[in-house]
Amino acid sequence: MPTVIGFEGSANKLGIGIIRDGEVLANPRHTYITPPGQGFLPRDTAKHHQEHALDVLKQCMKEANLTPQDIDCVCYTKGPGMGAPLVSTAVVARTIAQLWGVPIIGVNHCIGHIEMGRLITKAENPVVLYVSGGNTQVIAYSQRRYRIFGETIDIAVGNCLDRFARILKLSNDPSPGYNIEQAAKKGNILIDLPYVVKGMDVSFSGILSYIEDVAHKKLKSGECTPEDLCFSLQETIFAMLVEITERAMAHCGSQEVLIVGGVGCNVRLQEMMGAMAKERNAKLFATDMRFCIDNGAMIAQAGWEMFTSGQTTPWDETWCTQRYRTDEVEVTWRD
Amino acid sequence: MATKPSDLSEVDLIQQGAEARVYSGHFAGEPCIIKERFKKTYRHPTLEERLTQRRIQQEAKALLRCRKAGIAVPSVYFIDSTNNCIYLEKIEPSLTVREFIQQLPLPYSDEDNNKLYAIALKIGSVLASLHNTDTIHGDLTTSNMLLKFPHDAFELYLIDFGLSQVSQLHEDKGVDLYVLEKAFLSTHPKTEHVFEEILKSYQKNNKKAVEVLKKLDEVRLRGRKRVMVG
Ligand SMILES: Nc1ncnc2c1ncn2[C@@H]1O[C@H](COP(=O)(O)OP(=O)(O)OP(=O)(O)O)[C@@H](O)[C@H]1O
Ligand SMILES: Nc1ncnc2c1ncn2[C@@H]1O[C@H](COP(=O)(O)OP(=O)(O)OP(=O)(O)O)[C@@H](O)[C@H]1O
Ligand SMILES: [Mg+2]
Ligand SMILES: [Mg+2]
Repeated sequence: MPTVIGFEGSANKLGIGIIRDGEVLANPRHTYITPPGQGFLPRDTAKHHQEHALDVLKQCMKEANLTPQDIDCVCYTKGPGMGAPLVSTAVVARTIAQLWGVPIIGVNHCIGHIEMGRLITKAENPVVLYVSGGNTQVIAYSQRRYRIFGETIDIAVGNCLDRFARILKLSNDPSPGYNIEQAAKKGNILIDLPYVVKGMDVSFSGILSYIEDVAHKKLKSGECTPEDLCFSLQETIFAMLVEITERAMAHCGSQEVLIVGGVGCNVRLQEMMGAMAKERNAKLFATDMRFCIDNGAMIAQAGWEMFTSGQTTPWDETWCTQRYRTDEVEVTWRD
Repeated sequence: MATKPSDLSEVDLIQQGAEARVYSGHFAGEPCIIKERFKKTYRHPTLEERLTQRRIQQEAKALLRCRKAGIAVPSVYFIDSTNNCIYLEKIEPSLTVREFIQQLPLPYSDEDNNKLYAIALKIGSVLASLHNTDTIHGDLTTSNMLLKFPHDAFELYLIDFGLSQVSQLHEDKGVDLYVLEKAFLSTHPKTEHVFEEILKSYQKNNKKAVEVLKKLDEVRLRGRKRVMVG
């Protein structure tokens, strides 16, 4: 029963987690939070990860109540993500693997989200909606690949939310999306926003520029409140996401849907997806902030699957890459 | 759960797609397909109403436009706006392109490959004609293409125009092909060579193919180069 540790640092979260045969032994995380109105820059984020790596690692080992001898394999996020933060985390993982004398595995971040979702929810063969700050994809498994049926043709949904939160100067703590969700609960006027769905693909850049434009005007004239804007944005973009997911389910004949990625912990999105699933006699699987938001255990879990199916990464291939598509990975651990 | 359109008793539900329940019935004695856009409870009622009305209109408009241009699509018999139903000519006997491809066993034999190439040729030329008339389908997949028997004749019908629009932009046409490419390759593994043939045939038959295919390349790259900062 291999015990695997995972290091995640592809964006503004540094997470380290340990998995042993489907059990999460520890999964601490430290988030780099910027002031309202500001996004996170690669350099500062990398610095954050370097500064906190050892503390988070210590906390992780302590929570799991393990010593280095108990670890069989070290995993790290190889990509996709932001260059500098990825590299700063990979350096830590490489050092630890060498110190502890265990093999290392580079993991695709998107696959981490999917495998963590499958582990926690026990969904068997779901259509997956992967929604985060950098990705928006509708995925289904077939013939050894997670195949991308639909995705955004411009910006990711989380990026759209984060940039909108910056316009309204909402807090980034714990995340912009979370604060939009709270504000939306108090909104009730539905503003007409562009709704752009193309088959199983979506586009958000038009909505963002439109709402950037109307936001100031409508707020100034008192036509609506910031809460109404948050409400309208959520209702519109989540409807688009549920629609393309449903199209993929109809197309694949699937009766299960799993939501993963940071935006996936949004309760309104889960509620809408649940209503869609119910109408089709399908089942919804979702998780909460602990496992939806980037974390170390998800990298450990995907790595555990790779490790037990016989894979490790040769030392001279333990680099990082900013672009790494979900469908590039050969899934050796599923039939 | 599925209730039939209110005033129709002699109909059979044949499929619940993503957007609509599709029934088989009769209209003025002719076999027909009734596509009912049922209410989506997950969507805000205002948004729901807006989208449903728009899509029924768009579907009917695009079908008429295609027929006028000689592109094979079902005829529109009737639109029932109160019940959000559209009555269409039933293409039968028919099979979706998706069903056709999926019944061929992998790896493809030479004979099967030839069948696939013949279909690709047809798909490419139909899409070229569609785009020549500035119609963007909006949801190109192999489920939204019907092959009418006998298959050797490869009569190919396009259906499901609810997301269609009229546009001259190369960008919109490029995205239309991009949507198909992803749906095609993810649904039918190991058919890159077939999709290639679709694009070749499109190129031969579309006036602006060079510009459109350039856009297609751009859109593909966007998917691969997405950044998360900004
Ligand atoms: N409750 C919420 N509602 C909506 N969005 C949320 C919520 N909580 C977090 N988010 C959003 O999730 C995103 C972060 O997702 P995640 O933690 O998966 O990381 P990421 O850095 O975007 O990673 P990647 O794209 O590489 O998977 C941010 O855009 C954030 O605003
Ligand atoms: N005119 C027609 N003649 C024969 N069969 C048809 C016709 N129209 C639709 N069908 C059948 O019904 C299915 C669903 O139709 P259609 O794609 O229009 O519905 P939909 O709900 O919009 O589907 P989705 O959104 O899932 O793509 C088709 O794949 C086809 O099998
Ligand atoms: Mg993530
Ligand atoms: Mg369809």
